[in-house]
Amino acid sequence: MIEHDKLVIGGKEFTSRFILGSGKYSLNLIESAVRDAGAQMITLAVRRANTKEQENILDYIPKGVTLLPNTSGARNAEEAVRIARLARELGCGNFVKIEIMRDSKYLLPDNAETIRATEILATEGFCVMPYMYPDLNVARDLVNAGAATIMPLASPIGSNKGLATREIIQILVDEIDLPIIVDAGIGRPSQACEAMEMGVAAVMANTALATAGELPLMASAFRQAIEAGRKAYLSGLGRVLLRGASASDPLTGFLRD
Amino acid sequence: MVKVNGKEMDISGVTVSEYLAGTEYEPARIAVEKNGDIVVKSSYDETVLQDGDVVEIVSFVGGG
Repeated sequence: MIEHDKLVIGGKEFTSRFILGSGKYSLNLIESAVRDAGAQMITLAVRRANTKEQENILDYIPKGVTLLPNTSGARNAEEAVRIARLARELGCGNFVKIEIMRDSKYLLPDNAETIRATEILATEGFCVMPYMYPDLNVARDLVNAGAATIMPLASPIGSNKGLATREIIQILVDEIDLPIIVDAGIGRPSQACEAMEMGVAAVMANTALATAGELPLMASAFRQAIEAGRKAYLSGLGRVLLRGASASDPLTGFLRD
Repeated sequence: MVKVNGKEMDISGVTVSEYLAGTEYEPARIAVEKNGDIVVKSSYDETVLQDGDVVEIVSFVGGG
């Protein structure tokens, strides 16, 4: 079962379920981060090009890794669509992670604008991966709008606070027939593992690694945690007793009487 | 004047190709937008920048 366990997004098959961010750390660490994370997909942002900047992040990303440009900086659907088109023109495929924020304090995604942008970009042939505030009705609207995956946040972006929205994410996993990818807020490998145990298809992390003491080592820890969580999910977790106890040892043959 | 990435530049009448040739941008690593529309690479030669045009030149950077 494990050998055939692949994540399919936009017609591409992935054996890794760890989507790596590339923000807030040195370009020199990207190669080791990708390698130690076992990542096959990495997120990028689009910004005004700098004429003086000689080094480009694309020169640091190992070949064969799928690029997932985000639309960060977009405040509405139109701006997200514009950034997505520019990202595609950069010539690295048609994947896009929609990220639309009006709120600069908590950086929470604007679900209504995200649905609008998803509809436009899916029609234009993009493989659309919308970042969203977890909500079942919104997730259904995103499915109908042509999303390829749904990416609910675990807690506020960059907070490393873990699965604050776990109950709703579980509902999305149970009810939505697309890969659910937890994005934002996952701070520790144990939280990534827990999300995978719940049945999410993949985990995306950036700040957890960028703010860790040793980035490649943390990338490796996340990789193992995500793989462990996936195996546990595929296995099916053992049941939880409502009350009482259940012995693991035989209840006969005691050395007494 | 043409506005390129927020800066006014005296390059009216110049094509996108000619403008880029005089800069340090790496053509394979950038995308160009003029007045909100993508300028595809194959039309850099024939796209003439005009007074009042707003041009954005972007590339990938690290992000989450």
